[in-house]
Amino acid sequence: MEQLKGRIIYKGKAEGEALVTSMPISFYGGVDPNTGEVIEKDHELQGISIKDKILVFPQGKGSTVGSYTLYRLKKNGVAPAAMINKETETIVAVGAIISEIPFVDKVDVSKFKTGTKVSVENNTVTIT
Amino acid sequence: MELTSQEQTMLDGKEGYAVRKSMEILVALGEIFGAKNLIGVGGVQVAGVSYHNLGDAGLEFLNSLAADGKVKVLTTLNPAGMDLENWQQLGISPEFAEKQNMVIDAFQRMGIVISCTCTPYLIGNLPLYGEHVAWSESSAVTFANSVLGARTNREGGPSALAAAFVGKTPNYGLHLDENRVPDVHVQVNAELTKLSDWGALGYAIGKKAENKIPYITGIKTVDLDELKSFCASVVTYGAKPLFYMKGVTPGAEAQKQPQETLTIEESDLKIAYDAINDDVTNIELVCLGCPHCSIKEISEIATLLEGKKVAEGTELWVATSRTAKQLADKRGYTATIEAAGGKFACDTCMAVAPLKGRFKSLATTSAKGCFYSRQNLMKTKMGSIEECVDAAVTGQWNN
Repeated sequence: MEQLKGRIIYKGKAEGEALVTSMPISFYGGVDPNTGEVIEKDHELQGISIKDKILVFPQGKGSTVGSYTLYRLKKNGVAPAAMINKETETIVAVGAIISEIPFVDKVDVSKFKTGTKVSVENNTVTIT
Repeated sequence: MELTSQEQTMLDGKEGYAVRKSMEILVALGEIFGAKNLIGVGGVQVAGVSYHNLGDAGLEFLNSLAADGKVKVLTTLNPAGMDLENWQQLGISPEFAEKQNMVIDAFQRMGIVISCTCTPYLIGNLPLYGEHVAWSESSAVTFANSVLGARTNREGGPSALAAAFVGKTPNYGLHLDENRVPDVHVQVNAELTKLSDWGALGYAIGKKAENKIPYITGIKTVDLDELKSFCASVVTYGAKPLFYMKGVTPGAEAQKQPQETLTIEESDLKIAYDAINDDVTNIELVCLGCPHCSIKEISEIATLLEGKKVAEGTELWVATSRTAKQLADKRGYTATIEAAGGKFACDTCMAVAPLKGRFKSLATTSAKGCFYSRQNLMKTKMGSIEECVDAAVTGQWNN
């Protein structure tokens, strides 16, 4: 078990399986808002659903409409349980705030492996 | 970030849900980007208006803000997914129109001016030199920062709305002098002879000065429409939403020409045209007005279309603001363009309308328009207004 401290972007508590990518994610155009599946061509996570995962990625990219895509994912019940970024930017930060998805950044994302159990509580991330 | 006691009460929810959510957004952005405080804004431009991009969830979010939120400063709106009056003629479904009208209604209840244009500076949202604003819409952000000398970061829809409900924005990025210093000197040696050359120049500079602030020299003459087109292109293809153009934009004289220099030659414009232009001859859609046509551009289109007819199987759209269209109505330009079979697409544009699958090919003056039409699976051709009107009349790209 390892505990990491990050910076809270949106507070909250969640746990689930980690889904990890080293590639930035464009939510607008890159993730299907109805299914939660990553659809960006040639993305490491292409074809994989982010639903209920602790989604670990470096940061967002692409259109600012991506904030609304996160909100759509949440309302459709297919959003990640929480998100962890290396260092976030505006699109994902705003998306997490309006969707009320727990979100922490400034965490060493190299510590995470897809499939391991992770819990997030405010700024504390626990890997088990 | 330091908050005043009044800002703290907003964050605590004393002014309701919309203001609380807005403060959460502004404070989080301020913390992320190291802002020390919030600063007042003179106006706001809100993007994220098309139902095509928002979906039902986005609509729900806007309704939740509209329930108790009223904007505190002049706030205008980006294009919607359809012409709010003439949508049927443009082939928009009644289902889409109903949802789009619900989005507009939410903005209306917030007290926002339903301008639906990417050129707010042409319809009365015109910030002054040095004025702080919170704008979304990358082409307008670039115009405000560069041509007007106002100060704004590139906001998204929700962060612009947040600034409107609070009347403030976090003080970081392009609001601060130290972040407005040019990084690279760009000497333009190429001749720029038509409107689309400015789109090509934007492509060339955007690619070469990726994520930098260019200080551009060598521009002999330029007009408003050319700057409007250049702003859209240079930020779409990679530069920061601020440039200086020596002898043209305010503030250029006060900045030092950066040491690092790159040049733009005729060959760079050719590379841009080659990258933007696809191999296609039949043109199904000609769309002029990305950014929205000014009244001067509409007059040029009307003159070129006088006594001509748009080809069978081709559509010609003139995308513009409702305001510019009303001026065109009075002047008779609208009648001329419509008599030739052209259509006005007010309040909307090819980047945000639901066009996927409707047209296989596009001719336009706009480099930005070509970029966003790729996602709608269109093959693209970029040229002058004359070349585009010719494509509309013949149904072919002839150049």
